[in-house]
Amino acid sequence: MGKTYQKPEALSDQHTHYCPGCTHGVIHRLIAEIIDELDIRGRCVGVAPVGCAVLAYNYFVFDFQEAAHGRAPAVATGIKRVRPDLFVFTYQGDGDLASIGMGEIIHAANRGEKFTSIFVNNAIYGMTGGQMAPTTMPGQHTTTSPFGRDVEDVGMPLKMAELLAALQTPAYITRQAVIKPKYIVKAKKAIKKAFTYQLEKRCFSFVELISTCPTNWAMTPNESVKWAEDTLLSYYELGEYKTPESLSGGANAK
Amino acid sequence: MGKKVLMKGNEAIGEAAIRAGCLNYFAYPITPQSEVAEYLSHRMPEVGGVFLQAESEVAVAYMIYGAAGAGARVFTTSSSPGISLMSEGLSYIAGAQLPAVFVNIVRGGPGLGGILPSQGDYFQATKGGGHGDYHLLVMAPESVQEAADMMMRAFPLAEKYRNPVIILGDGLIGQMMEPVEFHDHLRTDPVNNNHWATNGMQFRNSSKPNIVKSLFLDPDELNENNLILKAKYERMKKEDILFEPYNMDGPYQKLIVSYGTMSRVCKTAIDNLKVKGIEVGMIRPQTLFPFPETAVFEAAAKESCKAVISIELSMGQMVEDVQRCVQGLRPVHWYGECGGNVPTPEKVMDVVTSL
Amino acid sequence: MALKHIIDVDRCKGCGLCVTICPKNVLEISDKVNTKGYFPVYQARAEDCIFCTKCCIMCPDVAITIVEENKQSAA
Repeated sequence: MGKTYQKPEALSDQHTHYCPGCTHGVIHRLIAEIIDELDIRGRCVGVAPVGCAVLAYNYFVFDFQEAAHGRAPAVATGIKRVRPDLFVFTYQGDGDLASIGMGEIIHAANRGEKFTSIFVNNAIYGMTGGQMAPTTMPGQHTTTSPFGRDVEDVGMPLKMAELLAALQTPAYITRQAVIKPKYIVKAKKAIKKAFTYQLEKRCFSFVELISTCPTNWAMTPNESVKWAEDTLLSYYELGEYKTPESLSGGANAK
Repeated sequence: MGKKVLMKGNEAIGEAAIRAGCLNYFAYPITPQSEVAEYLSHRMPEVGGVFLQAESEVAVAYMIYGAAGAGARVFTTSSSPGISLMSEGLSYIAGAQLPAVFVNIVRGGPGLGGILPSQGDYFQATKGGGHGDYHLLVMAPESVQEAADMMMRAFPLAEKYRNPVIILGDGLIGQMMEPVEFHDHLRTDPVNNNHWATNGMQFRNSSKPNIVKSLFLDPDELNENNLILKAKYERMKKEDILFEPYNMDGPYQKLIVSYGTMSRVCKTAIDNLKVKGIEVGMIRPQTLFPFPETAVFEAAAKESCKAVISIELSMGQMVEDVQRCVQGLRPVHWYGECGGNVPTPEKVMDVVTSL
Repeated sequence: MALKHIIDVDRCKGCGLCVTICPKNVLEISDKVNTKGYFPVYQARAEDCIFCTKCCIMCPDVAITIVEENKQSAA
């Protein structure tokens, strides 16, 4: 009765610099587990963002490139186009992907680039110290929205999965979460599905993952999980927004 | 092919890259060099190469970064405003020590400026348009033939230094047609880059990942990385300075320093003056970085030489380097025009004789 | 095959997420600080552990592994 559980090979032994309770670590582990299960470590190239995960290359045991802020999808495009036999994924936060890098992610998705983007949405800028992100919630306090995000002033938070699902090019677009085991298990399935689509050279794949940032949310890790579940998941609905099989965008969502 | 063909500069640049063994091109349209992309959009598929038009020059720079980081030969072409957008990328590519070739078919600036020839990007190219301590190896062709040759030399140079190389042409060189021959002996095989490229561990049967990055949070590490870059630039100054002396044998009283399209006009002016018994010499830098410092100093130091003048299609940029090299030995002047007007030989003759 | 629940004391950052999600309420935060200055988790009621791996799935730092008794894991 019970199961064994080991650190995946594709994950290095190095302790991460992430804050206690930060679910970046969970996502790193899921990616590494899947890379082991698909046995693709030898031809894998990760593309790290500028943000908390800028040091991701220290935590994996395969080739990595570090992109400039927001440009990971362009870097991944460059790698994948010249070496389509390599397995390429970008790992980006909400400031990186949904703010400065919006142009790159939309065009990479719209071209149907055959790599996978892992999008960590924790509704805040982590590395730079808790500023407002495009995904920061209405009324959410950050170091640059001290009175709470004012949607009259800066608009509503961006829903990346829905945004990308509206593109006509076939793709796999899903939003999952990594804040509790029941979500994490589903998130792993979704990431594996995305990676498989890439291995089959089928389409661009995008996995948005609702994640926590206890330090900059000024909450304990457990309070962060609760707030994420109550507040983030009510706005950022989980589900598959698009699969290469489905023609229209949102029709088969959730 | 060993024979000459009449070709537009932009297209010759594209073809030369293929002849050099570079089959990967990412670009964005911008006048006056969109013909390179148009040409390669059908030529690259013919040779099984990669052609992609990106969403912006910013994206282009990072597609170049990714492709170069994966160990592939890769290049792009653009023009002034586009190169400005790529400047952050150039800094990253230099910082991460990646070989890549860029071409700037310079147009009038600043801002949207104009679309006619200019040399107003000299500072941007030679003093580093992006942030941090880095340099580009900068070559400046005066003809379609030289642009093709420099393109073919750019790839081995980029690989020798693991540093971006940029060819500084201009609207004239890009747009005009001239006979050109592709010197296939200039083609080289790519160097082995298994020790740094992210080309997949299994393909270099290694268990050690390669990381392409420019982040060095530890000050000693970043200083170390910058010293590595500095050593490259010192080596460039020793091994890869290129310049053409013109009419330097006679007792010239005036020395011109000029490059690219402008230097061709100066050659005609020098020839015309020589017929009139007026000797004028010229140093034509073919590499703008590394700059031919010693050559300019020695040329200025010649007994007969009384004055030096930098003639460029800008408001005076290379003149600062000329002044630096002449070290006050002779008065250094400047003449230039902007906006796309290229001074005539007669104008150059007037300017030089009136010094 | 008997299983062994191992907590890497110095890898744990004491975030407490595993404590909350353990279905058998086995885990607690200890009062002994680790080398990194965190108060790591420990098995307060090890006998209640059913090796369901939920804590391993939740842990952001791969601080918890479960191995077969005889094969001591390298971690």
